Amino acid sequence: MTEQEHIQKPSTEKNDEAPSVELVANTAKNEQLKNDLDNLLDEIDEVLEDNAEEFVRNYVQKGGE
Amino acid sequence: MAIAKVLGIETEYGITGGPDGDPVIASSILVNAFARNGETKVNWDFGDESPANDARHMPLLTSAAPMVESHLANTVLTNGARFYVDHAHPEYSSPECRTPLSGLLYDRAGEDVLLHAVRVANATSHDSPPITVYKNNSDGKGNSYGTHENYLVEREIPFPDIVRAIAPHLLSRQVILGAGKVGYETEYFDDLSPRFQLAQRSEFFEELVGLETTLKRPIVNTRDEPHGDPERFRRLHVIIGDANMSEVATFVKLGSTALLLAVLEDRGADVFPPMPRTPVRAVRAFGADLTLRQGQECVDGTTRSAWDYQDELWTLADRYVAGGDGAAVAPKAELQLLLTQWREMLDGVRDNRAAVADRVDWVAKLRLLNGFQERHNLNDEDPRLRAIDIQYHDIRPDKSLARRVGLRTLLKPEAIGEAFHKPPSDTRAYFRGRCIDKYPNEIVAANWDSIIFDLGVDPLHRVPMMDPLKGTAELLGDLLDNAANAEELLRALGTL
Repeated sequence: MTEQEHIQKPSTEKNDEAPSVELVANTAKNEQLKNDLDNLLDEIDEVLEDNAEEFVRNYVQKGGE
Repeated sequence: MAIAKVLGIETEYGITGGPDGDPVIASSILVNAFARNGETKVNWDFGDESPANDARHMPLLTSAAPMVESHLANTVLTNGARFYVDHAHPEYSSPECRTPLSGLLYDRAGEDVLLHAVRVANATSHDSPPITVYKNNSDGKGNSYGTHENYLVEREIPFPDIVRAIAPHLLSRQVILGAGKVGYETEYFDDLSPRFQLAQRSEFFEELVGLETTLKRPIVNTRDEPHGDPERFRRLHVIIGDANMSEVATFVKLGSTALLLAVLEDRGADVFPPMPRTPVRAVRAFGADLTLRQGQECVDGTTRSAWDYQDELWTLADRYVAGGDGAAVAPKAELQLLLTQWREMLDGVRDNRAAVADRVDWVAKLRLLNGFQERHNLNDEDPRLRAIDIQYHDIRPDKSLARRVGLRTLLKPEAIGEAFHKPPSDTRAYFRGRCIDKYPNEIVAANWDSIIFDLGVDPLHRVPMMDPLKGTAELLGDLLDNAANAEELLRALGTL
């Protein structure tokens, strides 16, 4: 219920109440995403093709359709 | 009244590995591996293919017609799909589907078909490098291959109206549906040198309208091959899409396009926003504009960004549905899901990208690239960034990066498992799939609009399926359940 408390509090900032609540919510979400991203990047380090340069060089396709 | 928007997606997968790294051989190995494993052994019938027919009824001026390579491996699956070798790629063409969600389901089942084929092929061949496939549309070196959508359109809609109505959508939908791409690969961008583009395909388009698919690719393709009654139907063959890893994106791609075609049929072309004055320049510029704010001048003198176009088109679709229309595309609940997702993606890419990193492929990919680049302090040219781009589209669960970025799903795994084997119940794909499952030894060949049976005595019997909405479970389910062999089936159908 922290968000509701935020809504009740008088704002000391220039912005309206609603956007600042939204901002709090967004910050929380972005922090969550940041943690997710850190975990994800750890995983990428493990699964990314070993020799990226060779992998990319060898990925050659014929045109299709 | 808009007609049912029967639809489907054809995907050419990128392929590596196999004997001598020959993609044609590797693709054939995959298709044959799938057939050999007992999944299917029915051939494709090329009798009715006419990819050179042009919707504008004009003679071909610029090149030969697309070739149908009938000598290459080609099969029809029990789920009603076609799995074959097209040029140098394995291609899965989904069965005809009645709604966008069904189209998504059979597109996802296609990934599993490819995965299964790869596993069977690699398990039985140890002499050559393992085969790997990628659900993407470009190799980053100037070679592009297609993901094509198909939509059933009423024949009496004049083709210029289709172009006028749908081109603005086809060139702007990349802001939410693009699969994202590192760098650029055509001369067009030599000066601008974009670090990242919204879509894999946009820079490859060179014409507004045309019959080609491999050279001078057009935003609106005129191939006029209805695979159905040509007096009643047109099949709009859309070649300007990216293969999406995001289920929501595939769903919105099919749904938004089908819905706007229904709007065209019911309201006419004049309700659509005006075309950009230079559509080819617009589709490329939109693709390279990560701000999503760069406008293009339209034929009426106004200016629109890709986002503006999408905003207007969403409103058009929303009003159409709010007025009680849309049954041609999907049931009400599915339409609501479609409009909600389309809107959220649109608002998200402009105002809060993190909120749609679970749905928009280019946003998910870019977030990964930026994070990786920052963590390892890489310059823009580092090959690991391109490797991430390619590996995002790897369909192996243990290698796919798209599977790791937290993309939202819409489908239950059990539903995908079922769609691997079984056809949709509500189009003619039902008849095709059930026949192939039940009478494989009595079918010589099948294609989109017919099946040819061999009962062991001359002549062969061809069953035409000229209406995509006939041959459904409702119409033929009992009959198929009760016919023990093809002869009984043909007698019950009245063709014997």
